Amino acid sequence: MNKQVKNVEEALLGIEDGMTLMLGGFGLCGIPENSIAQLVKLNVKNLTCISNNAGVDDFGLGLLLQGKQIKKMISSYVGENAEFERQMLSGELEVDLIPQGSLAERCRAGGAGIPAFFTPAGYGTEVAEGKEVRIFNGKPHILESALTADFAIVKAWKGDTEGNLVFKGTARNFNPMMAMAGKITIAEVEELVPAGELDPNFIHTPGIFVQRIFKGEKFEKRIEQRTVRTK
Amino acid sequence: MALDKIGIAKRIAQELRDGWYVNLGIGIPTLVANYIPEGIEVEFQSENGILGMGPFPFEGEEDADLINAGKQTITATKGAVFFDSATSFAMIRGQHVQLTVLGAMEVSQNGDIANWKIPGKMVKGMGGAMDLVASAENIIVAMMHSNKEGESKILKKCSLPLTGVGCVKKVVTELAVLEIKDGKFHLVERAPGVSVEEIMSKTEGDLVVPDFVPEMVF
Repeated sequence: MNKQVKNVEEALLGIEDGMTLMLGGFGLCGIPENSIAQLVKLNVKNLTCISNNAGVDDFGLGLLLQGKQIKKMISSYVGENAEFERQMLSGELEVDLIPQGSLAERCRAGGAGIPAFFTPAGYGTEVAEGKEVRIFNGKPHILESALTADFAIVKAWKGDTEGNLVFKGTARNFNPMMAMAGKITIAEVEELVPAGELDPNFIHTPGIFVQRIFKGEKFEKRIEQRTVRTK
Repeated sequence: MALDKIGIAKRIAQELRDGWYVNLGIGIPTLVANYIPEGIEVEFQSENGILGMGPFPFEGEEDADLINAGKQTITATKGAVFFDSATSFAMIRGQHVQLTVLGAMEVSQNGDIANWKIPGKMVKGMGGAMDLVASAENIIVAMMHSNKEGESKILKKCSLPLTGVGCVKKVVTELAVLEIKDGKFHLVERAPGVSVEEIMSKTEGDLVVPDFVPEMVF
């Protein structure tokens, strides 16, 4: 089944004001930067964005924050973004902070047909407020619900026209689970090859989870914390 | 004399055991990787999706697709593996990681830890810390004994929003190694040249002090 679309414009068709989007990435690593640039161009507003982080002030999801396109952010860590902190503390931006492992599992559950699950993470903290608590093996756990999205936007290293995806290094992170949890999943890839060219043994995300795939025009791949050692 | 951050990292490194998988948090915990005792093999997990985290790359060899949970550029060791975030936290929640080392703003004598939020002031998020502390069998907290105002961070009860309850078993500060059991801190070791009195005066929580408190050995 051919999932290839021409470009980012075609890939993002149908994204409208008020929708819930999932965006892959950890920090600036493995974020769908071409799609984010297109979301800025489309100027869609009142978005609920589910993403582990919120980018930095001038890159990643920070670009959508600057344009006040995001109404609500669901993340685990947002520490690198001054504009985010300002909008949150002033009440302009709704924020739901959830433990990283719970965020990953909630996306996985959303894509896997599991409506909710119990986890020990967050028990006894404000994360647990209003959530059902149950004891398993003598230990308290809280009930967390699945997450899904109108669109999931992921970034992979290589993909084929069937939508099969291969990630590189730690740029995999949330991308595979979010690909599963989108009603429509858009994959932007650095390299797009014809079906049959990727070894089926080494595919990370099966194409069944991907509805649209395109080759990103340009990947800046900005590094957030460049750390080196001396020879 | 009180330890510096490197001293705290060196003391925590003594807790490493051969064959362990270890998750190191941001800050002082990251430094622990530099002081692995000779003759043992440990492998570092970073929750953004790598097992077999190596040292920082040489200049010019940085790879934007290869970072740790602190978003720093890193390298991968021989035998390293990459995985997605759900698999990463399966390793953590499923207790396949033997040791977690993380920083804290406060710990309390029943093992509670607070390290993710100062209401109205700092709201960065908990990242993976809540998953880590809720599941790890073996958690060591690396922290300073008191804050910049000189107030103790080793408390009867945490004042900041909690990251986890009853989960910390060991704390290493610039002054001491403390164990938490039976709802109290127990003084296990003191930093070289630091007196028991100084540690007592800087510990707000209940502290059990044995007759003899050995100095840390480096």
